[in-house]
Amino acid sequence: MGERPVELEILRYNPETDREPRFQRYSVGCREEWVVLDALNHIKETVDPTLSYRWSCHMAVCGSCGMMINGEPKLACKSFLRDYVGVIRVEPLAYFPIERDLVTVIDDFMDKLARVKPYLIPKREQPVSDGEYRQTPAELKKFKQYTLCINCMLCYAACPQYGLIPKYIGPAAIALAHRYNQDSRDGGRDQRQEEIAATEGVWDCSFVGACSEVCPEHVDPAGALQQVKIASTVDWYREHLMPWKKK
Amino acid sequence: METIRADVVVLGAGGAGLRAAIALAEADPALRIALISKVYPMRSHTCAAEGGAAGVIKADDSLEHHFNDTVGGGDWLCDQDAVEYLVREAPKELIQLEHWGCPWSRESNGSVAVRPFGGMIKQRTWFAADKSGFHILHTLFQTSLQFASIRRFDEFYATELLADEGRCAGLTAIEMRSGQIHRFDARAVIIAGGGAGRMFPFTTNGAIKTGDGMALAYRAGVPLKDMEFVQYHPTGLPSTGTLLTEACRGEGGVLLNRNGRRFLQDYGMGPETPLGHPVLKTMELGPRDRVSQAFWHEQRKGNAVPTQWGDAMLLDMRHLGEKKINERLPLVRDMSISYMGVDPVTDPVPVRPVVHYMMGGIHTDIRAATSLPGLYAAGECACVSINGANRLGSNSLTELLVFGRRAALSAMEYVQSGARPGAEAALSAAAVAAQARIRDLMQRGGGTETVAGLRKEMMHTMEQHAGIYRTGDGLAEACGKLADLRRRYARIELHDKTNVYNTDLLQALELGSMLDCAEAVTQSALARKESRGAHQRLDFAERDDRNYLRHSLAFYHPTQAPRVDYSDVVITKSQPGVRDYSGGHK
Amino acid sequence: MSRRPYVREVSKSRWFLGQPRYLRYMARELTCVFIGAYSVLLLVALKRLSEGREAYEAFLQALASPAGIVFQAVTLAFALYHTVTWFNVTPKAMPIQIGEAFVPGGVIIGAHYAGWAAVTVLVLVLAEAL
Repeated sequence: MGERPVELEILRYNPETDREPRFQRYSVGCREEWVVLDALNHIKETVDPTLSYRWSCHMAVCGSCGMMINGEPKLACKSFLRDYVGVIRVEPLAYFPIERDLVTVIDDFMDKLARVKPYLIPKREQPVSDGEYRQTPAELKKFKQYTLCINCMLCYAACPQYGLIPKYIGPAAIALAHRYNQDSRDGGRDQRQEEIAATEGVWDCSFVGACSEVCPEHVDPAGALQQVKIASTVDWYREHLMPWKKK
Repeated sequence: METIRADVVVLGAGGAGLRAAIALAEADPALRIALISKVYPMRSHTCAAEGGAAGVIKADDSLEHHFNDTVGGGDWLCDQDAVEYLVREAPKELIQLEHWGCPWSRESNGSVAVRPFGGMIKQRTWFAADKSGFHILHTLFQTSLQFASIRRFDEFYATELLADEGRCAGLTAIEMRSGQIHRFDARAVIIAGGGAGRMFPFTTNGAIKTGDGMALAYRAGVPLKDMEFVQYHPTGLPSTGTLLTEACRGEGGVLLNRNGRRFLQDYGMGPETPLGHPVLKTMELGPRDRVSQAFWHEQRKGNAVPTQWGDAMLLDMRHLGEKKINERLPLVRDMSISYMGVDPVTDPVPVRPVVHYMMGGIHTDIRAATSLPGLYAAGECACVSINGANRLGSNSLTELLVFGRRAALSAMEYVQSGARPGAEAALSAAAVAAQARIRDLMQRGGGTETVAGLRKEMMHTMEQHAGIYRTGDGLAEACGKLADLRRRYARIELHDKTNVYNTDLLQALELGSMLDCAEAVTQSALARKESRGAHQRLDFAERDDRNYLRHSLAFYHPTQAPRVDYSDVVITKSQPGVRDYSGGHK
Repeated sequence: MSRRPYVREVSKSRWFLGQPRYLRYMARELTCVFIGAYSVLLLVALKRLSEGREAYEAFLQALASPAGIVFQAVTLAFALYHTVTWFNVTPKAMPIQIGEAFVPGGVIIGAHYAGWAAVTVLVLVLAEAL
């Protein structure tokens, strides 16, 4: 059972005592198989109880522990110490305001998520007593990957467009809207288009593709965004070239 | 102090809390609903449930079967009227979830698919690959976003219930981001705060599972019921305690000891079934208590597999093949590789029993009502009780839906029956006192104890004496130790005395909750001199229906050990019998 | 004392420096300048052609100058980079589902290259025939 010394450089910020964030270095003995989150917990338990960060499940499904690790947006519970050499630099997720230490303010994401109506708007209402809507495995597969978003917001921290244009709705929220648009049971696309086909929706995306590269669940939000762009473009041509087909 | 006025406060925004909030919003759009959680809803631990939710849907199944499996699985400590309600409502709730968009896995004809699960005689577990809880949680959370009447208070930690004239009238909570105490006035409160597995060091439970909801009700005078029943899930990764779902075995995975023997056949769960053709309700599809206990015996016989993290057994899924593992158990594969360095496609995965679930909790009746008027509870924090002495896998996700909704309907009836809000003077005084207690904890100097130190001792005590097998001596020692820890808790001093997102304070409060719950566990366990389900006593090895076919009730005392009392089990149609997992059934 | 969320400024002009992923993206975006320049070149070619044989010959000579060759080589390189990156993302933008399974990304990308090759051959054949 190997143990090795690990150096972490953590961005600290307490609004009550610090004018601005500063790095603090910690040297702790860590076990070989640990993840960065284990190291943070070890620091909090044995060195510095004032260190603040969010975490819960330790299995990459609750989405709490997103942070910048050596400049990359990562889940701390899935970033293995063995994959790093030298000092590990830990910062709060980029582009979000820092509440305290590694804790960010995520109101913006929560508001945007609600705006895109990420819930089923049934194509045809059916009472529960009539049983489930039928959906074939193929129809399920069409949108399944977009359901896997854990709202960890690594994609926002990877997206320079979000950093530059804070109004941009952003990858995860649009991917979730797309998830419902693609669902065979759903008929709510028109209602969602208002938000996601707007400038601050997909058209602020310049297809950097970083969101999909950092997504820990392989949701591929970049793919969703491009598909929405294509569908919205088709909508536009339909409306302008075939006005008689207007619904 | 900021005051928020609501009709119903729902505390906890996991599966049960969200289901309750939606039920309230749907039933009466005029109700003001405050949904309070110490984390954002999608962080709630429901997300970590993997296997699925049980509900009768297929033609070969019946409510009767589901009832019998559940009651027998619970070693007859379930309230059978509650189980009848659960199995009857289960299919409706699961279909409702489907209508809200839950991506349940499907049959080729488009109907929902079901999979086998431990202790169930039929295939009735609805699943969404191996992220069922995750999808249930996100479906509920996203659905909840369409209701304007649900006002969310994310990252608010509830510190005390407010009561007036013997009725629950709201609560106080700290807003984590500001450190400010808020007062929530309500005519009814629903607690859906989850379990308390973090009182043990080795658990599948996330960091947030610290029994806060249980402790809140407990301190307000509501008893905690059947707290001695703590479920060990047989298959956690030895390195981290990460859960590998029972669906691994449902899909055909088998358990081996160091000699490669499928040892469950030696513990009344045989004869051996053919590899790759799991037979329901026997061998690897036995109930969790029996399987975990079998491992304990194997360990004693020296048949366990040594790993650097201690003794383990092997979960062999190789014969399932890569395609099936990828389709049905993708998360299991990913986690085995990430956290253990073992690919289940090519190698058996070392696993060991790990604390997973609290059968016990806040004592409620079948309406999800507690003994405190205006206070309701649902989900893992509650004990209604449908799980008895041992919960069957995939009943808990169903429970939080069925009883989350039930709690909402009961609370609404109560509110509509003319329940008045509490008197301003009483609530104000109580809230100010609650605020003073937090301030005192934060500003206290000269303390000699630390949160981390006490927590470590508590965990060690629980692991040592309140595990799979227990003894009277060990439990007595644990009770003494916990009483001591509770005393020492009063001498804790925080390192962090600032307001904004103070996790030192948060952890101190969580530790307080866990200590109270832990004492209820060990005292109830000490008092139950029999072995039943997940509560196994080496000094009382047999089930004793004459004396203990009863629910234990632990009543809080601020400075002394809880008083343990008992209440009757509701039996409607199934008399206590022998739990048979020998595969003898047809 | 209470909240004071700290906002980290994002530089409007230097945000892409020091991050290889962003640099690759900027290089891709830059290709459009060269593609655009080459389009202008084609328009100029048309104009010269309309002005008669002499004007067109002079234009061709200018293209064959060292500067002309360098410009075309650089443009070709950027056009290739543009094409490769563009084709690589097509499976994301246009996933094709047949039955339950999605057509593998490699097949979609391959089809684009095949289409490209086919069009190129067609153009060469037409040029030859005329």
